[in-house]
Amino acid sequence: MATDWFPLWLSLRVAGLSTLIALLVALWFAWLFSARTFRGKHLLDAVITLPLVLPPTVLGYYLLVLLGRHSPLGKLYEWVFGQPLVFTWQAAVVAALLHAAPLLVKFSTAALESVPRRYPKAARALGASEWRVFWQVTLPLAWNQILAATALAFARSLGDFGITIMVAGNIPGRTQTISVAIYDAVEAGRGDVARVLVLVISAVALVSLWLANRLGRVSLGKAV
Amino acid sequence: MIDARIRKSFPAGRESHPFTLDLHIATAAGAAVLFGPSGAGKSLTLDAIAGFSRPDSGRILIDDVLLFDAAAQVNLPPRRRHCGYVFQSSALFPHLTLRQNLAFAALRLPRLERTRKVGEMLEQFHLAHAAGRKPSELSGGQRQRGSIARALLAQPRLLLLDEPSSGLDNLLREELYALLHEVRSTFRMPILLVTHDLDEAIALGDEMFVLNNGLLLQSGPPAAILDHPAGDEVATLLGRFNVLDAEIVAMDPGAGRSRLRCTPPGTVPFDIDAPYFPGHLLGARLRTAIRCDHLRLGPSSSAVPLRLQSLSHRAGSVRIEFSGGIFADVPERDFHSPPAGSPWLVQFPCESLRLLK
Repeated sequence: MATDWFPLWLSLRVAGLSTLIALLVALWFAWLFSARTFRGKHLLDAVITLPLVLPPTVLGYYLLVLLGRHSPLGKLYEWVFGQPLVFTWQAAVVAALLHAAPLLVKFSTAALESVPRRYPKAARALGASEWRVFWQVTLPLAWNQILAATALAFARSLGDFGITIMVAGNIPGRTQTISVAIYDAVEAGRGDVARVLVLVISAVALVSLWLANRLGRVSLGKAV
Repeated sequence: MIDARIRKSFPAGRESHPFTLDLHIATAAGAAVLFGPSGAGKSLTLDAIAGFSRPDSGRILIDDVLLFDAAAQVNLPPRRRHCGYVFQSSALFPHLTLRQNLAFAALRLPRLERTRKVGEMLEQFHLAHAAGRKPSELSGGQRQRGSIARALLAQPRLLLLDEPSSGLDNLLREELYALLHEVRSTFRMPILLVTHDLDEAIALGDEMFVLNNGLLLQSGPPAAILDHPAGDEVATLLGRFNVLDAEIVAMDPGAGRSRLRCTPPGTVPFDIDAPYFPGHLLGARLRTAIRCDHLRLGPSSSAVPLRLQSLSHRAGSVRIEFSGGIFADVPERDFHSPPAGSPWLVQFPCESLRLLK
């Protein structure tokens, strides 16, 4: 029996998109956390880290409350895009984002903070604006570590099950991601399908981790 | 011209004592040196001038440009202060080539002029052949030259150098000193340098500021400070002085002489000849200092027998330590051990003795 590859493509698309969004969000927060001091910094940090420790069902519940058709955000989304967010593949992106973003914020902040202070200091003394210091000095020096974290975040967001099933559901050919499809196949007694999907997702995750390790190793090793 | 009045307090931390930097540095010298032990507040002073550390109060002026004034709430950000900063360990950006590093500093210039200036600077600092290399592929001397060239390209008002010779060997150190002299003469760039090395302060400084525990203890030409340290703290910090507590046991104002009984801790008191100190009476207790390289060895009418503690050979000289913490630096060629069984005879030349406040 032929394997339906739609769940794999959907998962790659969902993970790719959520990782990209997470990266943009993470860069901003990482800059905020590493370069600025403000009231409530630790609280904000805790809130951002929370998705890493909360059960997926709790996160799914929050998302339903926050983005459901009767919530202000859900209504706004529906007004802009002409369709509700929940139970679409875009909702799966939001679900995956909850895994990728906290991880990336944490790692990117650490990466930016690991850049020796004298480099941004030197750049400022040379007359560089904060914008230039970030994009031309601090970020390039932290870039490998951030890319390593991005590969890790991609692997993590590939595998979400709990949040996805609560906010995106299990609609074959529309919102069924690979982890949901595996669950579905096992439930339906289609062991052969489950086995193929399990092997494929394991291989993709392994490659991502290998990439993360490689990128992480070069990082600042050559800095003087 | 630098005129910096800086006050900044740090409360006691979990592992640190409270610290207050409170000093006034004013100099028009071409090269001024902040000298002091680590933790004296030298680098903090540099950071305050460059704008990396905000003083609690004070005023920082460079060539009539106000960089900071607590009262008037002026506080220019580092990038608007135009202070060239050369870091202890070279801070060339590791992800850029040397040429890119220099170009980073010259961004304000139009492209053609930037390329030309960077090229000129690379030539001038003998770095043209290394322009395409990353900092990790440069030698220590090249990195240091590159850092200084980069700082100069930003056309700063003055050059701040934080222990620029740390980590360089003697040869490179000499090279750096020559380079800094050249920077002063060619670029007419005023320099403010931080060091804990007295030789460096003497080699480079027109004016020296001796700092300890956040306070300015003495300022003036290095040779003058070395000749007349203001107090026992300065004398001790310079590391070249024997500080001796003494009592006037005889005096002859007519001949301009007196005799002191020195009482160094842990050894028997001994008498030495001294100049007449006006205003001090017989029996008065004084604190005096004498440079270790002014002590002489060998018999003479005024030589004092001392007990040897240790001997160490250095480049061209021998350091001899006696009981009571007295030490002497004697040129290798003048060094002779006394015959076995006889004591070490040490002369304290009268004219070298300094009265400390």
